[in-house]
Parts: sequence; C-alpha cells; structure tokens
Amino acid sequence: MDAKFQYLLRQGDNALILSQQLCQLVGKGPALEEDMALSNVALDLLGQTRMWLTYAGELEGRGRDEDRLAFLRDAIEYRNCLLVEQPNGSYADTLMRQFLFDTWHYFLMDGLTRSSDERIREIAAKSIKEVTYHLRRSGDLVVRLGDGTDQSRAMMQTALDELWMYSGEMFLYDEIDNAMVEQGVAPGVELLRKQSLDHMAEVFTDATLAMPSPDAWMQRGGKQGRHSERLGFILAEMQFLQRAYPGAAW
Amino acid sequence: MSKEWPLWEVFIRSQHGLAHKHVGSLHAPDAEMAINNARDVYTRRNEGVSIWVARAADIVASSPSDKEALFDPANSKVYRHPTFFPMPEEVKNL
Repeated sequence: MDAKFQYLLRQGDNALILSQQLCQLVGKGPALEEDMALSNVALDLLGQTRMWLTYAGELEGRGRDEDRLAFLRDAIEYRNCLLVEQPNGSYADTLMRQFLFDTWHYFLMDGLTRSSDERIREIAAKSIKEVTYHLRRSGDLVVRLGDGTDQSRAMMQTALDELWMYSGEMFLYDEIDNAMVEQGVAPGVELLRKQSLDHMAEVFTDATLAMPSPDAWMQRGGKQGRHSERLGFILAEMQFLQRAYPGAAW
Repeated sequence: MSKEWPLWEVFIRSQHGLAHKHVGSLHAPDAEMAINNARDVYTRRNEGVSIWVARAADIVASSPSDKEALFDPANSKVYRHPTFFPMPEEVKNL
C-alpha cells in the first residue's frame, strides 16, 4: 500500500515538475507554433499529474488531495526523477530532456496499460494517447536539429552528453519499483529499458548524434527524494501562493 | 535560405464534417511540421479529424476584379438551376 502510494507519487511528480518547467517557456518558444505545441505538452502532463496525485491521495487516505500533494510537500518529499528538474537551458536542452523523458514515459505507459491495478490502467490508457504524440514530436525535432545545421547538431550533441547521466535513473529499480512489479502493477525493467534504449538508438542514428554508452554511470536519488538544488527553486516559485495563503479556495 | 518559414494554409474536416474547411494559416518549415503544428494550433487534438495543409504559394485565387464575369450568373435562365427534381429520400448530403 505504501509502495503503491510512493509509486503513484513518482508518476505524478515527474509529470508535475516537467509541466511546471515547460510552462516557464510559454511565450518564449522559437516560433509561435512551437510555443503552442510545448504548451500543449505541458497541459497534457499537468492533466496526468492530477490523475496520479488524486489517486495517490485517495490511496493514502489521509485527506490529501491533488492540491495538497502538489503545493504542500517540500523537495525531500518529492519523488520525481532528476531528469525532469534539469534546467530548460537552450531549446536543444529542453528538447533533449523531453525526448529522453518521452521515450521512457511512452514505454512505461504502454506497460501500465496492462497493470493489475484497474485505476492505473485507466490513467495509463488516457495518458498513452498524449504521450504517443509527445514522443513523436520530440523525436521528430531531435532528428531535425541533430541532422540540421552544424550548429544545431553541436547543440543537440552537447545537450545529449550533458543530460545522459540523468537518463538511467528511471531504469534503476528500488524496492518500491520491485514491489510493484511483483504485484503486477508495473512492467518489468528489462524490457522497458531495452525498448527505450532501442528507440533512442534509432532516433539518435537518424539524428546523426553519437549515443553515449547505456552502461555509463547514472546519477540517482530523485525517486527517493534526494534532489538537485534546482528543485527547491522550482517548488519555491510553484508553491508560493499556497504557502502564503494556505487553504485558500481558488 | 530565407529565415522565415513558408506560409501554409490549413483545411480541417471535423469529426462529423463532410468537407474540409479552410480554418487558417501557419508557418512551418515543411509539410510534416505544418501538419503537426496545425494539430496543435487548430484542432486541440480532437479525435477523428482530417487535416490538409497546402503551401500558400501553391494556391491560385480568383481575382476580385473578375467578380462579375465569374460570379454573376444569369438568374433568368431557370433551366440552369436543377431545382425541379424531387430528391429521393436515400440521397443524403446534397
């Protein structure tokens, strides 16, 4: 029960923090159309966040709803992976972060549509439509920019090299993930990792980018609440109003 | 190469719509991205829609100065208007 609560928090927090970060780019996209697309992705992720956190709160049974979970937990209680709290950086950094996340997210949601938990199956079934689109979009842009000009390729390669150490945390299963696999709630990690790496390799080949070694050392800790200092700043901005006026209706 | 992305015209057939309607235009570097962008900008991703995009440069428009010659039909010639035939029930959407 507590493992499932933690597992749901991880899903919700990933979507929430990435959505929050993408929202910072509203009005700052390189073109109007990109701006719209990125905002749409952010909204999709926020919608998913609400489903995950609402379910997590119900399961916990301590009266915490989506808002309390989002706005009244501090960084050490957040369970998002480190990848999503990485800074937006240049557009290449934003897109690369998105592509790495979308790949894992897509194959995870695909696995979760066969979860033993009915509610999770429903959330995954709803999410996978959106995530399919996210992955197609970010993969397409990675190829366009990787196989674009010398400058865009260099920027994409730099983004990939810098973000790579955060790409493996999702595949480092701990006792919570393992408990979920045992209960049939979550998909096993081997297939998930293989599907994700195969897809990344394919896209990076098309994008003429050099894929770093999948066995490289990977940064970890986000899923357990050990975050980079960046998350504190994200939450300070996100939670300000609720902290200043706690319990206010909105 | 121009830095400005070319202009595309967007036509969308909605879920229960019978024909594609012009809904607006957007800028995109190529057709595939024009479709993707049209989806984001004009459909909000409703299921069951069909999108057409066409380069604005490929569309030839009639000239407003030809208005009379093109669009003022001789209404007195009733035989030009096939309104004397009762339509069978089975024929829909005419």
